[in-house]
Amino acid sequence: MNFEDYKGIWVYIEEQEGVIAPVSLELLGAGRQLADKRGVELAGVLIGNRVKHLSQTVFEYGADTVYVYDDPIFEHYRTEPYMYALLDCCQKHKPEVILYGATPTGKDLASAVATDLPTGLTADTTMLDIEEDTGLLLASRPAFGGNIMATILCKKYRPQMATVRPKVMKALKREPGRTGKVVEERIWLREEDVRTKVLEIVRETTKKVRIDEADIVVAGGKGLESKEGFQLIHQLADVLGGAVGASRDVVEAGWIDHHHQVGQTGVTVTPKIYFAIGISGAIQHLVGMQNSGLIIAINKDPHAPIFQACHYGIVGDAFEIVPLLIEHFKQA
Amino acid sequence: MHIVVCIKQVPDTKVIKMNPKTKTIDRASAPAILNPYDAHAVEEAVRLKKRYGGTVSVLTMGPPPAVKAIKKCIEIGADDGYMISDRAFAGADTLATSYALSKAVEKISTLKPIDLILCGKMSIDGDTGQVGPGIARRLDIPPLTAVKKIEEINIEKGYAIVHRKLEDGYEVVQSALPCLCAVEKEINDLSYAPLPNMIKAARYQPHIWSVNDLEDVDRKQLGLKGSPTVVGKIWTPEKPQGGTMLEGDIQEQVQQVLDIVLQKRELFTEWEGGR
Ligand SMILES: Cc1cc2nc3c(=O)[nH]c(=O)nc-3n(C[C@H](O)[C@H](O)[C@H](O)COP(=O)(O)OP(=O)(O)OC[C@H]3O[C@@H](n4cnc5c(N)ncnc54)[C@H](O)[C@@H]3O)c2cc1C
Ligand SMILES: Cc1cc2nc3c(=O)[nH]c(=O)nc-3n(C[C@H](O)[C@H](O)[C@H](O)COP(=O)(O)OP(=O)(O)OC[C@H]3O[C@@H](n4cnc5c(N)ncnc54)[C@H](O)[C@@H]3O)c2cc1C
Repeated sequence: MNFEDYKGIWVYIEEQEGVIAPVSLELLGAGRQLADKRGVELAGVLIGNRVKHLSQTVFEYGADTVYVYDDPIFEHYRTEPYMYALLDCCQKHKPEVILYGATPTGKDLASAVATDLPTGLTADTTMLDIEEDTGLLLASRPAFGGNIMATILCKKYRPQMATVRPKVMKALKREPGRTGKVVEERIWLREEDVRTKVLEIVRETTKKVRIDEADIVVAGGKGLESKEGFQLIHQLADVLGGAVGASRDVVEAGWIDHHHQVGQTGVTVTPKIYFAIGISGAIQHLVGMQNSGLIIAINKDPHAPIFQACHYGIVGDAFEIVPLLIEHFKQA
Repeated sequence: MHIVVCIKQVPDTKVIKMNPKTKTIDRASAPAILNPYDAHAVEEAVRLKKRYGGTVSVLTMGPPPAVKAIKKCIEIGADDGYMISDRAFAGADTLATSYALSKAVEKISTLKPIDLILCGKMSIDGDTGQVGPGIARRLDIPPLTAVKKIEEINIEKGYAIVHRKLEDGYEVVQSALPCLCAVEKEINDLSYAPLPNMIKAARYQPHIWSVNDLEDVDRKQLGLKGSPTVVGKIWTPEKPQGGTMLEGDIQEQVQQVLDIVLQKRELFTEWEGGR
């Protein structure tokens, strides 16, 4: 393998129903820095049905080139067609790095592509850097339930690949009118040759704000004592226009469903404000919320570990404090 | 129907301790358990067996003590256990792991053809979620991740219908068989192991294979040698410093929270959107 042949930083652009996933724009920001450091191009790879027009957005967020695979076969995400497109693109244009959002789709696609290339794939990266001269990607990630951080390297294979957690990298400020080069590609794959079919898509349209996209998350724990007590969390979230989060123990007690669980085995959130109310702050919970902009904890035990992980803490009874907060925010 | 479930023994990351000197995981400090996601995968296989009839085999790659994880699966209701264990496998990343496991799956399928492979969504130690799709690609069968329900398996017509979890709902997917499903925890609730299973598990001896027992193995693709990724630096993330505790009586505390939150009003700019 001749490393000289592999040039440029790529970002897989995840798209759904005409909208680019926020994480892809964040990765264009991170990718821009890596590309500048190496003095190479930044490219986006856009796969989908009727997606070509989205190239403009990709340029405006920092890409120099966009490779487009636009075909009805890509109507819904399916591993095999998407994988074949990306493999085709790699073969033709040989990047040194490919970044994917660590979303269910990004992880699924990256795992398959890595196996077929083959190359190394670093999972759930939260820190990225590159060696200027060698082009070695330094991708660091939490492992063992957040107990350690490890830098994973891929020294002998190209491209180097990583999935990167949403909301960790920063998107560049959009530069309207910024343009670049569109490269249209295609693969010859017939629908009959694809072994999976999407029969139906069910959107569970909850009016509620999605917890991983919300600016404010109000999360409650076992300290709320019961499903009835937990209603206080819903009420505070409502007045703040935020989403409701929960510890695993609350989910297991059946007070709220699993979509709301924050932590290692739930969702990772990075809202601008995170309320942790009646949550003790177990490590598995902390890894899911510790990158939030502002963490406010309310707990009656002054020694609760959550107080080590918050910006502001109140030692007190949730049943006294939360109703007051609700009342005051209503007026504010 | 023959279902193979891939399972991994992992240290319980909830109680794991760090060696303060070497800054590494002190594996001895944590009990080894069956990866929680894999318990749900085995449970699902056992339920499918009850629904459609057939056999459930579990497969693990690991050091000899991982036999314990296999026994746990027998308790849940698996029929057979296979383990590949050899120095040659040590130090594998996900690529080398999926290679070794796919070779073992091939061998199991020569003993008894396989209709379906199940994996957990991820392990709780390496927690990459990459091994399942890797195995599927190597065997050239469709990988289905984020599976939260298996609606139908139709062996005669050769298809499966599953629900894949999406960020805002789910999709119903039909796939040709055999396929590989990586399952979410919500796919089922674990049941209690019936007594006869516990007795069987206590006595059970799994099939243990070394690298020499597998066919057509390219040793260069195994273990550390076959792993493109290497772990560079490992460090313990700094413990958070601890926050400012708000003083005063409850009214004053509430007022302070109000001030802090309302100060951040400027943070609430709308995201520009990717349209
Ligand atoms: C493999 C694994 C994965 C896990 N994944 C997750 C995960 O994704 N997310 C997660 O959250 N957990 C996870 N856990 C569980 C985690 O270890 C904790 O058990 C859990 O987070 C505790 O939930 P809690 O804080 O609500 O409950 P507790 O630990 O019981 O804490 C309740 C808190 O409420 C306080 N309190 C009581 N009454 C009041 C009151 N009136 N006012 C104010 N405070 C009060 C108490 O002081 C206490 O601190 C996982 C565990 C394992 C082993
Ligand atoms: C700190 C650290 C960081 C790491 N980071 C990376 C990384 O970024 N990229 C990388 O490629 N490797 C990485 N590894 C190596 C990786 O953990 C191992 O390759 C491991 O063998 C499998 O990966 P996993 O634990 O992530 O499994 P996952 O892919 O999370 O497991 C998914 C499912 O695959 C099945 N499975 C996994 N392992 C086995 C097994 N041994 N036997 C049977 N079934 C199994 C189970 O069904 C499991 O639920 C890392 C290791 C460490 C210690």
